[in-house]
Amino acid sequence: MNNLQNKSFFGRIDWITIGLWMTLCLIGWFNIHAAVYDAENPGLFNLATNYGKQSIYIFTALIIGICILIIDSRFFISSAPIIYILVILLLIATLVVGRSVGGNQSWIPLGSFRLQPSEFGKLATCLLLAYYLSNQTNKTPNMKTLMIGAAIVFLPIALVMLQKDTGSALVFFSLIFVFYREGYIGSSVLIIGGLAILLFVLALLINQWILIGIIALICGFFAFMMRKKRKNIINIALFFAFSSIYILSVDFAYNQILKPHQRNRIDVILGKIEDLRGEGYNLNQSKIAIGSGQLFGKGYLQGTQTKYNFVPEQSTDFIFCTVGEEWGFVGSVILISIYVALLLRIVNIAERQRTAFARIYAYGVASILFFHFFINLGMTIGLVPVIGIPLPFISYGGSSLWSFTILLFILLRFDSSRKGL
Amino acid sequence: MNNSFFNRKFVIQGIFIAIALVIVIRLFYIQIIDDRYLLSANNNVMRKEIIYPARGVILDRNGKMLVENEMVFDLMVTPREVKDIDTLLFCELLQIDTADFNKRMKKARAESPYRQSAFMKQVPIQIFAPFEEQRYKFRGFYVQKRTVRHYPDSIAPQFLGYIQEVNENDIKKSNGFYRSGDYIGASGVERAYEDLLRGKRGVKNRMVDALNRPQGVFMDGKYDTTAVSGEGLVSSLDKELQVLAEKMMKNKLGSVVAIEPSTGEILTFVSSPGYNPNLMVGRERGNNYMKLLEDPNNPMFIRPIQASYPPGSVFKVVAALTAQQAGVINEQTVFYCPGGYRYGGGRAIMRCTHVDGATGLVKSIKMSCNTYYGYVYAKMIDGRGMASYKAYDLWRDGLLKFGLGGKLGIDLPGEKTGLVPTSNFYSKRYGSDKWKSGYNISLSIGQDALGITPLQMANVMAIVANRGFYYRPHLIKGIGEKQIVKEEFTEKIFAGVDAKYYEPVIEGMSQAVNQGGTGAASRIAGIEMCGKTGTVQNPHGENHAVFFAFAPRENPKIAIAVFVENAGYGGTWAAPIASMLVEKYLKDTITLPKYIQDRIYNGNLLPKPKVKVEKEDPKLKKDSTKNKKDSIKLRTTAIEPKKKESAILVHHSQVRR
Repeated sequence: MNNLQNKSFFGRIDWITIGLWMTLCLIGWFNIHAAVYDAENPGLFNLATNYGKQSIYIFTALIIGICILIIDSRFFISSAPIIYILVILLLIATLVVGRSVGGNQSWIPLGSFRLQPSEFGKLATCLLLAYYLSNQTNKTPNMKTLMIGAAIVFLPIALVMLQKDTGSALVFFSLIFVFYREGYIGSSVLIIGGLAILLFVLALLINQWILIGIIALICGFFAFMMRKKRKNIINIALFFAFSSIYILSVDFAYNQILKPHQRNRIDVILGKIEDLRGEGYNLNQSKIAIGSGQLFGKGYLQGTQTKYNFVPEQSTDFIFCTVGEEWGFVGSVILISIYVALLLRIVNIAERQRTAFARIYAYGVASILFFHFFINLGMTIGLVPVIGIPLPFISYGGSSLWSFTILLFILLRFDSSRKGL
Repeated sequence: MNNSFFNRKFVIQGIFIAIALVIVIRLFYIQIIDDRYLLSANNNVMRKEIIYPARGVILDRNGKMLVENEMVFDLMVTPREVKDIDTLLFCELLQIDTADFNKRMKKARAESPYRQSAFMKQVPIQIFAPFEEQRYKFRGFYVQKRTVRHYPDSIAPQFLGYIQEVNENDIKKSNGFYRSGDYIGASGVERAYEDLLRGKRGVKNRMVDALNRPQGVFMDGKYDTTAVSGEGLVSSLDKELQVLAEKMMKNKLGSVVAIEPSTGEILTFVSSPGYNPNLMVGRERGNNYMKLLEDPNNPMFIRPIQASYPPGSVFKVVAALTAQQAGVINEQTVFYCPGGYRYGGGRAIMRCTHVDGATGLVKSIKMSCNTYYGYVYAKMIDGRGMASYKAYDLWRDGLLKFGLGGKLGIDLPGEKTGLVPTSNFYSKRYGSDKWKSGYNISLSIGQDALGITPLQMANVMAIVANRGFYYRPHLIKGIGEKQIVKEEFTEKIFAGVDAKYYEPVIEGMSQAVNQGGTGAASRIAGIEMCGKTGTVQNPHGENHAVFFAFAPRENPKIAIAVFVENAGYGGTWAAPIASMLVEKYLKDTITLPKYIQDRIYNGNLLPKPKVKVEKEDPKLKKDSTKNKKDSIKLRTTAIEPKKKESAILVHHSQVRR
């Protein structure tokens, strides 16, 4: 049987995903090269440069990927709790021996490299969540399982928050998609969540009383249209009451609870204040770089904003600026399409799994990648506040590239052996 | 297998796609619809570096350099880059002290710590060269080359003018051409030909990084423009003649203007006292400028075009010509001179310096007979069968045709009109229009309210030399490589008197110089020069000496007017100066005895400083050069007599104010 498996081993791997992964890694490398390009010192594989190091990271990521594909997939299932515990211990260790980089105490120095355990926290959490949820004997989702599942997610969140790495902590919230897919929370939660975010933004932009007035008009219209059923009217009335209270409390929370610098970040995003030196500098420079790319971009290595260091963190969190500036709208849309293709592909892979473990794990991977993709791009173009998280496979950095690669390749490993399990 | 929620796959995929679309729409907005970001990006990286063109040079008529450009070095500093420099060495090299260093650094820092600003402007090469050798030791200091004006012979300051940094007003008026720190011609030719001399600025678009460090050329120089040097000008000035004239006018107040009659080109243009034009360049410029403004002898005043004097006897030439044209006299007309002209029923007299007896036209010019011109004026005004004031206005029209009482249109800013009063002026003065020639008889000999600039005087001489016409006097005879002449300077202007009437006048002028007349002191062997002396009475001191002449009599090459203030009789100072210049110009030698030459070179006719008078109103004096309105007012008050006097009304030039 072993023999048989080996023969068709490569045939069962999802080559589309591998192709998308490789494409993203290469796009990343080229853009890191452009971001730190120095015309006087153009050596392509100079190990002192970020792109030189990134080529090593990509190469090692490939080896890690191959190793994962060789390991028996059952190993990941059985060792999920151990991995989770190890990572939690690492996170705790980070709090003790961690080095502070850019205000986040989330790095463990390992020789000349530094390790960011929170990157591996995502993997561990996905594995344990899949392990726990797939082992439920109860056929229907229940509250107790949801609570324990949530606890698995919240433990690393708390530890990462203690490292003051808010961005990485927020990523774990994306696992809400897993609970949704598995039926632990209903569609209403997503709808209410979406509405809450929408109203939050509107409440900050528009005068609260005007906003309540607008909602009253909309509710009045719907109440009139659906006046036949008494229940509808009661629901609409309730909706109106809750949203009014919510709007008023958002205003209160914004002015009384948020700290000034948090308020600043939100204000910058909403365009309420223009603070080009302080909080707004990063965002403004980032938008300038991307916006100046126009339709076709300035061409490879021709981006003046990124080349001359106007954009901070341009090979890590703001790598998309290079894409936007040098490849323009067309290049950006191609990159986004590749991401969307990868995400949709992962969801499709998830649904073809025979085991709940593999499916839940796959949704975890999709959620985390999606969250990184959305928040990272959104922050560079001013859709969401500046939250320092990398763009998977593209941003410079070993920890991030390896952890996302491991995350993805474990999924591919499950997928390749889906019929054997 | 919990697959009952399979459909939720589509919700999740839908959310993924929707969010991606939101990002794409946002990108579409900032990359394609909104242009602001592209502009900001260019502002971020682009630094426009202006390349200053070399200002056009000015040559004399023989191709000798009058104004050239000299390289100077502006020392620039980017304060933030200055670290750990040897301040002592630095100060020693630049010859400044530490306090000065700190002051300059503070000023630069206040402008911007990140950008270059001037640390020290116009460092001369002597200081710059040793500094440059060691500049590598001083991080953050840069050099910007600039050119400044240099005047090799330090001559003709009022003619050449000077340049200065533009002010708010210049910037506003130029529609954005000038920027703060640019230079603009402020007077003289520099101002009149500013548009041609300044050239075109070039721009280099350089790129900088976020720390403002230079990073190469923007778009491979696609938007760069090269600087175009200003046009060179060939002036009509004869440098050697100018040098000689200035040498002779040293320590004297006055003007020398020489014109080539056949073209209107000005050969010599002296306004004395002058100043060294190089004072208006360089680091001491401000101080020098203030000193010049405060000089009681007013070197900034352009006497040849701004001072207006009553011309005195030289006016008789014009009087004789206009009277012939009007048919009032002819070549044969004789008046008897008993030593003065009686008028007002014999109660008043306008004296002659001597008794000339029976005097014809030629002799009247030769001997400068006042009586003769008293009669001429009386016939001109009273004897033409019309009201005197009407006859006067007719006569006045004739004078205007000679270029008097109006601007000649010289290519130099600040020209004044002088004054030939209208009949109205006199009607007002006398209370009615019933006045007769006796009221203002001294007009006949160039006194009364007449005000004529030295340039106008020289131009009259050019008209006489040409027997009836002139070209507008001008200082620039060729522009650029093609030596273009402005059209207005090629127009032949008729002075209103027929050529035949000039001969007796010219004969009189010739005799005045060559046959023992009033201008005998200016006689040059081998050249028939025709000239006329004049003495302008000056109540404040010695009279002003005037001499004007042209030579040779046939085919005249030069017409000249010399005004020397406080020099007494015209024949003593003005005539020899004119004669030396004419001889120098025509024969390139001076045959006048050495002792006369020395007397002229060394003569000091500057007024003794009258402390009280000067201190009365020093502001007025300054205003006369700076403020046009005020100086016009000044002039009118100067020539408008306060009291009606029956004797000769005398005036002094405004220079003495």
